[in-house]
Amino acid sequence: MTGVIAILNGIFEPGFFASEPVRVAVVVGGGVSLVSAVVGVFTVIRGQSFAGHSLGDLGTTGGSAAFLLGVNPLWGFITSAIIGAGAIELFGSRRPRERDMATGIVLGAGLGLAALFLYLGTIQHSTTGATVTILFGSMFVIRSTMVPVFVVLSLFALAVVVLLYRPLLLSTVSQDIAFAQGVPVRAVGMLYLLALAIAVSLSCVTIGAILSTAVLIGPAAAALRMTKRPGLAIAWAAVIGVVVTWVSILLAYDSYYWPPAGKGWPVSFFVVTLVLVVYLLADLGNRWAGRRAGAHMAASSVDRTGSVAGGEPIGRAASGAQ
Amino acid sequence: MSDPVRLGGADEEVLRLEGVSLWLSGREILHEVDFSLHAGELTGLIGSNGAGKTTIFRVILGLETPSTGKVLLFGRPRPRRNRLIGYVPQHIDLDPDVPLRPRDLVAFGLDGGRLGIPLPSRHRHQLVDDMLEAVDATAFADARIGTVSGGELQRTLIAHALISKPKLLLLDEPLANLDIRSEQEVVTLLSKIAKEQQIAVLISAHEMNPLLPVMDRVVYVASGRAASGTTDEVVREDVLSKLYGHHVDVLHLDGRILVVAGKDEGHHAELEKAPKVPPRGVA
Repeated sequence: MTGVIAILNGIFEPGFFASEPVRVAVVVGGGVSLVSAVVGVFTVIRGQSFAGHSLGDLGTTGGSAAFLLGVNPLWGFITSAIIGAGAIELFGSRRPRERDMATGIVLGAGLGLAALFLYLGTIQHSTTGATVTILFGSMFVIRSTMVPVFVVLSLFALAVVVLLYRPLLLSTVSQDIAFAQGVPVRAVGMLYLLALAIAVSLSCVTIGAILSTAVLIGPAAAALRMTKRPGLAIAWAAVIGVVVTWVSILLAYDSYYWPPAGKGWPVSFFVVTLVLVVYLLADLGNRWAGRRAGAHMAASSVDRTGSVAGGEPIGRAASGAQ
Repeated sequence: MSDPVRLGGADEEVLRLEGVSLWLSGREILHEVDFSLHAGELTGLIGSNGAGKTTIFRVILGLETPSTGKVLLFGRPRPRRNRLIGYVPQHIDLDPDVPLRPRDLVAFGLDGGRLGIPLPSRHRHQLVDDMLEAVDATAFADARIGTVSGGELQRTLIAHALISKPKLLLLDEPLANLDIRSEQEVVTLLSKIAKEQQIAVLISAHEMNPLLPVMDRVVYVASGRAASGTTDEVVREDVLSKLYGHHVDVLHLDGRILVVAGKDEGHHAELEKAPKVPPRGVA
């Protein structure tokens, strides 16, 4: 018994659960990663990963502007991501190449402004702390008064994705089929982009504008390697996102005692590293399963080709008998 | 082309295009296209690439609005949204990672436009199973959809389109990219569906020969103009020469039909490809 407690004490450093910043980080960080991971499944299968990453980068613009003006950076992230999403939607068309081009142009313009704002901020406040926080996030400096805002925005983004679950999947398969079935394809796409902008803004705060892609794309990509069922893929992505974030918070808290002593490592570093590890494991597992299935398929396709060769002249004779 | 007057419920007119013309960026894509489709009949929409087949589908689906003319569904103007038309596109761009099984896609045919996550339902599951069985897709129903073959995807899409019990089924080039055996299977399946479920089936194809055994009518398209009727009424030298605006020969060869440019235009095949496989007894 004492042994178990000693081990647990080793993992959970003293004061972990009592710390207010840790509790906020567990709730907000975990929740935000869950939303990002769920939204990210659709980002990956809709081929909008670049747009998702760009919205994060664009968050830098709003985040740095908010810092200059002395407002909470979340509002800056949200404003610039939504404006960015609107611009991408406005300039881009249905063709992926054109959409990527529009995204790139909007991104370039936004980052130019971010460079200016960060420079002005650094001069004005004589510190680079804000730059690091905006670019790489920090879960431990989220004020507990902001928790309700995070909850409301997270629920909104989740609600959009849950409500549009079927239309989104159907229009991923084919926009024309979705249209023929009465789905307002354009409106669905715009609402989804709004949910994406919000999810990305939230993770800009927790793990940083530059790294938000990691929790958006990573868990989703790993989940897609693990299952072929849409509901399960979403569930897996959510679990991966939350678990990775919680483990990272724990590691970051513990790292306070790691070298250089007295300086904790950033949470975002652990999140990004763990996401990569999980993805690589999922990919490896998928390849291994794929090889086994491939051997099975090769065996069964032999008799398939055999019967094709046999069936051919009969089929032609039938049309010839007309 | 005028249609013969038809009587009786079985041959009920499902869709009629009346004088449909379409101008897109200063070019006339369709010119005065008239034809009608009837319940229980399989109609071939035949023409070379760029003749206007896909545009005709887009007009029927409401993706394009005709500049002039009417699209009537059961005698009434086509409603903006309806579940009467099932559509199978020629090509879908499937990311191999999409987490969907053929079973899921077929289920979306029932309720893919609805909001929220579907609750598990025995009734829904049974309908999907029956539909998969009807198109012989049970064997690969649980595979990852990005990994199924062209023919298998085709059957999945047909099941998706049929499960909502449409009155009109549109298939854009369903035979392209299929091997000959799958081609015959799909044609036979579609003919059976048209007869058994009494729905109007419109199949576009650049080659009419695979459809000849099952086609009740043909709509022949060339440069945005169309002629319709039975194969014997339409695939004739006088009709097609008028349609093309220059002389074409219609050659009957061992039960197959070849449409080629007239002698004064040179001997190259204008429309129908040479047979892929030599007929029995010739090779």
